[in-house]
This record gives sequence, C-alpha cells and structure tokens, in this order.
Amino acid sequence: MPNTPDWSAIRKDFPILDQDVHGKRLIYFDNAATSQKPRAVIDALSRYYERDNANVHRGIHELSQRATEGYEGARERTAKFINAPKSCEIIFTRGTTEGINLVANSWGGANLKSGDVILLTEMEHHSNIVPWQLLAQRTGAKLRYVSVTGDDGLLDLSQLDPLMRPDVKLFAFNQVSNTLGTVNPAKELCAKARALGITTLVDAAQSIGHMPVDVQDIGCDFLVFSGHKMCGPTGIGVLWGREELLEKMPPWQGGGDMISSVDFFESRWNTLPHKFEAGTPDISGPIALHAAMDYLDAIGRDKIFAHDQELAAYAYNRLKEIPHLRTFGPASGRSGLVSFVLPEVHAHDVVTLADHRGLALRGGHHCNQPLMRKLKVNSTARASFYFYNTMDEIDRMIEILAEIQQYFSRGS
Amino acid sequence: MDLDELYKEVVLDHCRRPRNFGEMPDADVHVHGDNPSCGDEITLHVKFGANRDLGEVMFTGNGCSLCMASASMMTQKIKNKPRANAESLWTSLHDMLTAREEPKELDDKLGDLQVLIGVRKFPMRVKCATLPWQALKQALEEKNSA
Repeated sequence: MPNTPDWSAIRKDFPILDQDVHGKRLIYFDNAATSQKPRAVIDALSRYYERDNANVHRGIHELSQRATEGYEGARERTAKFINAPKSCEIIFTRGTTEGINLVANSWGGANLKSGDVILLTEMEHHSNIVPWQLLAQRTGAKLRYVSVTGDDGLLDLSQLDPLMRPDVKLFAFNQVSNTLGTVNPAKELCAKARALGITTLVDAAQSIGHMPVDVQDIGCDFLVFSGHKMCGPTGIGVLWGREELLEKMPPWQGGGDMISSVDFFESRWNTLPHKFEAGTPDISGPIALHAAMDYLDAIGRDKIFAHDQELAAYAYNRLKEIPHLRTFGPASGRSGLVSFVLPEVHAHDVVTLADHRGLALRGGHHCNQPLMRKLKVNSTARASFYFYNTMDEIDRMIEILAEIQQYFSRGS
Repeated sequence: MDLDELYKEVVLDHCRRPRNFGEMPDADVHVHGDNPSCGDEITLHVKFGANRDLGEVMFTGNGCSLCMASASMMTQKIKNKPRANAESLWTSLHDMLTAREEPKELDDKLGDLQVLIGVRKFPMRVKCATLPWQALKQALEEKNSA
C-alpha cells in the first residue's frame, strides 16, 4: 500500500503505552471501551487550562474570546470531520448515550405517538435500547428488532422489508457492533428507511475513530458518537442532526445559553446549536476533540480502517487455532475487535489472569445482554484493537491464552 | 498480588465439579441473584425444614470460577443446618471479604470457604464471590416474612 503510515512511530505518540503492568509490558486491547490518548490531545487539554480557560459566549474579555473561539472552532472542525453541511447541526453532548437520550426525549417526545414503532437491531448497545424503551413507555410506541443471524453476527437483511411497515417512524442502529465487530451497511439501511419516510439514527460510537464517516454519504437523519473512543477525552460527544429536524425539535434541558430571552413566565429559545446546549458546557473537551480529529486525519481514517481489519483478521485466525474456542461476529470484513469464549474458562477469569500478564482485555456482556441471551452465552472475553496495536501483541495474547488454559486445568 | 492465592486448587475443583448443582422444582424458594455489571447469575433453590431451618439446597446458574466455587462451597456448608448457622456463616464470610481491615483470625466455621480470603486482594472480583451469598440472604429473609 502506498504511503503506509509508520505505525511503530505512531505508537510512540501514546505515552501511556510505555509502561509495565504487574511487571509485564502493557498490551492494551480494550480500545472498544475507550482508546488511549496521543500526546497532541493531552497537550491540547493542558494548553487550554494553562493559557485560555474562561467561560464561553457571554464574556467580552480576551480569555473568554479565546475559549469561545476554541469551542466554536471545534464545532466547525467536527462538521468537517463528518462532512456535515452546516456547523450549527453539531450539538456537543457528554457522549453517545446522551446524544441518543436527547433525540429520544426531544424528537421522540414531539413525533411519536401510541402505536408507532421504533425499529432497532438485536446487536444494539444498551444505550441504543433503553432510551427507546423509556420513550415507548411514555408515548405508547412499540419496539421492533431486526434479528442477528447467529454467531456470525450479521443482520438478517431479508427481514428489513417485512419489518419496515408504515407504522415504523424511527430506525436506530449501530454502524459497528461493539460485541460482534460487524460493520453494518449503514448507507443501504438508511436508503431503505428514507424511501419509506422513516427517520434514521446511526450510533457511530464504534466506527467514528476507525473509518471515514460521512453523514451525507450515509444519508442518515441523526448520527451520534463519543470523543473518548477516538483518541479524545471522556465526557465529550457529538450529536449531528439535519437542520430542519433540529429546528423543529423542542429543547430538552433548560438553562443558560439555550435561551434568547427569559421572562418570569416564559422564554424564547436560542438558535441552533445553542438551543440544545444548556448551561456551561465542557469547553476543554471539544478543544481536545479537535486535536484528536486533526491527529486521526493526519494518519488517514481509511488507513486506520485498513490496519484495523488486518489486525482483526490476524487475531481472528490465530484465535481459531485454539481448539474449541468460540468466536462471535463475521469471519471477514470485521472491525478491529474479536469476542470469544475460551473453553472451560469463564471470561472474568480470563481477564484477571490476562491482566496479571500485562494484557488488558474486557470480559462480560459488553452492555449487550439481550444479544448475549440470544447467542446463549453468559459473557465473552473481548480483544479490541486500535492502530497502535501490533501483530506481535496479538501473538503474545495467543501465548497468554494458552498459559491461562494450562493454569486453569491444573489439578484436574 | 499472587494469582495462586485467588485461584487455589480447591476453587478450581469446585468450579469444575460444582456440588449441589442442579434444578430443584419442589423447592420452597427460588432466589435469583445477578451481577448486572458482568452478567453472572445464579439461582438458589432452598427447601426449609422445621423451625425454618435449612433443608435441601441446590443452585443453578452461570458465573466465573469464584462465583461458582463460592456457591458450591456455600451450599455444602448450609444445607440441612440450623438457620442460625447459615446467618452466622453469612456474617463471617462478609467480614472476611469486605471488612475494611483484613481479619486477623478467620472464623473456623468457614472451613474450606477460608480459601476465598485471596479475593480481598482483587477488589474488582469481590462481587463475584459474594453473589451467591446475596441470594442466600434474600432466601432467609423471604422465609422470615412468610
């Protein structure tokens, strides 16, 4: 591949990776939970607090102006990052979860009524299920699910036409599954929904830092993501929505910044995007997220995606060498993570034993309890990669898993 | 932190061959306990005898080695025993795993359960070992209010 990034040089941008854990070299394979942060992002955070910190929008003094420019500059950068037509369509949130709750409360409360259907998929994270359940309880709307085919972790697309009946008002789905690693055909799904007048929300939490994401190309109505899975800090996320939808939506939280004028008994709302950003926002978060976006684009998200897929394919094939090991998700075309069950060893024991060898995995239901029940598994171990991970680390993981199996079979 | 303190052979043995594991359709109570952060779940099936003492006890479910071993050893200790014994065992187990200071001496009544002391050094795993005991407490309380 021309212009292949120098991944080993890039790895050195992440100070946290250069350490031992329990006396062993750290191997960080929990990137689907949160990614590590490059020096550029850490510096952006500390630079903001060392030089520019002030409250945004209302101040006239120099620091307030710098903080406002940093905050609003991050909004413009975010619009470019996802190819949003307008920066006023970018709403800063605390993360993916808050973005979904905002849409459920504001858009859902104004547009759904008893008998309407919210279409989800069986591979959604709890954060893309529970807000809709709450909305359904409030409005009398119902939930319907697109099935997952089985351990291969694909959506059963043959069901789409029969499921998308006229009562469906919203279709919300993830672009990449956090448990299965499946990359869903977001563009195709949105096109089908759009043709039937169904509003769409794409949960891009697992895709945003790993592949090019273009809201106009996808053709969705809403898209949500978090900063912390894409090299940014925790506590900052983004909701993008089409301007005409956001304009018609009522505010969901009241307070400063979201009003244009306030009287004792009624108020008028501010324009977009401020209508949805009540109170003093996280200011350092968007500024550091800006640095993360610059960082990812300097590498190239298409290159990151290609590298992710190489790591995942290598890990998948090496894991398959372990007899009776069960994997979840598609055999090819997967995003950079693999969930698995090691024979005879529970995922929590795998994670504790791996941790003591310096390897950070995740074990549990991955906030996918309904899917886990369907797959008839109580918990899985998950290795999730990012561009700073290496094939050597994957080889070491395979050795560690063999050690764990041996350790656990002692005395039997 | 020594992993061998956590994964003692007796723990692995109970995990591989859990005692009193299975359904009990005619139990007086079935108490479900789960750990929402990880998905571990067990159900305790209890028959009560005279004076609300414990009779047969079985469990079903799916959890990590610590959860399964803790449940397995617990059922051995409490079945067909006076209720007061189960309550005092519950207290000793909780003191051993969750008291701020590590107990200087362990209660002899705990017997094999003393091996779970190693869990103290793994705070993220304490909930695994105490899950079956939450179910036991609930089972004892249910019978109280009945």
